[in-house]
Amino acid sequence: MSEPIIQIKNLHSRYGTREILKGINLDVYKDETLVILGRSGCGKSTLLRHIIGLQKQSQGDIFVKGVNMARASDAERDEVLKKSGMLFQGAALFNSMTVGDNVALPLVEHTPLEPSTIEIMTRMKLELVGLSGFESFMPAQLSGGMKKRAALARALAMDPDILFCDEPSAGLDPIVAAGIDYLILKLKRAFKMTIMVVTHELASVFLIADRIALLDDGQVIFLGTREDMKNSSNPKIIQFLQRQPDEEVVDRELYLNSLIGTKYL
Amino acid sequence: MNAFWDTFGGAGRGMIDFAVHLYRIVHLSFRSLYWIFIGPFKGERIRWRLTFVQMVRIGVNSLPIVGVISFCVGLIIAMQAAYQLERFGATIYVADLVGVSITRELGPLITAIIIAGRSGSAITAEIGTMKVSEEIDALKTMGLNPIGYLVVPRTLAMIVVVPCLTVLADLFGIAGGFVLAIYNLKLPFLAYFNETATAILLKDFITGLIKSGFFAIIIAQIGVYQGFSVQGGAEGVGKSTTASVVSSIFLIIFADLLFTTLFYSTF
Ligand SMILES: Nc1ncnc2c1ncn2[C@@H]1O[C@H](COP(=O)(O)OP(=O)(O)OP(=O)(O)O)[C@@H](O)[C@H]1O
Ligand SMILES: [Mg+2]
Repeated sequence: MSEPIIQIKNLHSRYGTREILKGINLDVYKDETLVILGRSGCGKSTLLRHIIGLQKQSQGDIFVKGVNMARASDAERDEVLKKSGMLFQGAALFNSMTVGDNVALPLVEHTPLEPSTIEIMTRMKLELVGLSGFESFMPAQLSGGMKKRAALARALAMDPDILFCDEPSAGLDPIVAAGIDYLILKLKRAFKMTIMVVTHELASVFLIADRIALLDDGQVIFLGTREDMKNSSNPKIIQFLQRQPDEEVVDRELYLNSLIGTKYL
Repeated sequence: MNAFWDTFGGAGRGMIDFAVHLYRIVHLSFRSLYWIFIGPFKGERIRWRLTFVQMVRIGVNSLPIVGVISFCVGLIIAMQAAYQLERFGATIYVADLVGVSITRELGPLITAIIIAGRSGSAITAEIGTMKVSEEIDALKTMGLNPIGYLVVPRTLAMIVVVPCLTVLADLFGIAGGFVLAIYNLKLPFLAYFNETATAILLKDFITGLIKSGFFAIIIAQIGVYQGFSVQGGAEGVGKSTTASVVSSIFLIIFADLLFTTLFYSTF
């Protein structure tokens, strides 16, 4: 494969004293779609925040297109960011602006285009996510899934080289969710984007992923293609694929302890 | 003994926290002033449209309240002055007292306090809400600097609008004095007018405006700083909004003390 476009080297991340990421090593190659799996709260969103430089790591380095995101100057980082799009888990639309203005903002700020051109491009991006006609709506007037799609349109506004999606299809009905999956496939094929997706939908995973990374306890415990994953004998992966819950705690005393703490014993 | 160290340690921690806050606010202020005054020469553009929107929000919408309150304060000062001066039959000097105290002190101070309560808090609430809903992060990931996009327009709008409102407050405050002088003290209009005109020196007026410019910077910077430091959800926004008003009023009074001392001893 080609050069890695994103390189993550021994990334450690902590909130206070709680270490969330414990030495992540991961390369993402140009034009590939990498899906990140992992249980809720294992640090998937945190990983994306580190890659785009929103959070400073306690240890390790991240390079995006060769730029060290934690050490680069604002100008260098902004250049990388202008050509990448991020869909936040909570959409993060600007609530004081209409949907159209949200999508148009990066174009207005970063390009010398005429307002009429920007308007057309905005409509095209909204059309792409199935929201044509909603330009003048305020984010508060949209449903959760519509917000997600509007945010995706905004992330695509600058025709990014790298797209980060944090659970693009969470909270969408199966038909729209499938639509988002096909949109990602289309983007990948037609625009040659490098895409990093966090998702829990196993169906999507097998549809869109070139490679899959599974996070567990702050580390990448599996990295490979769909076939590698299906053939894996790792119990954690089998548990994930077969959607099995954690094993019940059988030791009654331990369970009791975990409920009331140890101070009464 | 433990209690002693607890109190001692608590006080120490409080001092350190205060110093850290102060350092960050000063740092933020320097960064914003750099963006405003030096940025344009280094290729950063100032967003005039956003600045204009903020000017309307802070300025135009505050006109009535600033006008009414300064008029009332002018009236109050005039009555208090008349109460003293009547004993000497020198009620004409109400003009001097009202004119000088309004332009030098009360006009700038009242305007700043009203704007801190009205617009400083609104800035904190708006930016705090944006922080909580990850909008600030979204701005950054678009390669837009929150200083240039959010802080500069608000600071610039404050620096323009607060001195303008102060001029208005001066006029309305003096008008309050006029009303008492003419309807209650029965002083002739022209005499009171001339007395006011000779009493207020240009420097009184100018020092008042200089102060109000600095108050404007304080209100904007505290408002923005408190907004950015919101933690948690809606409750965090509420806390920071309160802190924003309290700390900007405190700093305004403190800055006022410094400036007044300076102007009093040098001019
Ligand atoms: N601002 C914060 N302060 C303290 N801890 C945090 C903060 N944000 C996240 N965490 C912690 O970091 C861990 C990872 O959070 P993160 O949002 O990255 O999880 P996630 O893998 O994206 O989960 P999900 O699939 O539910 O979105 C969580 O255990 C959470 O408690
Ligand atoms: Mg997440």
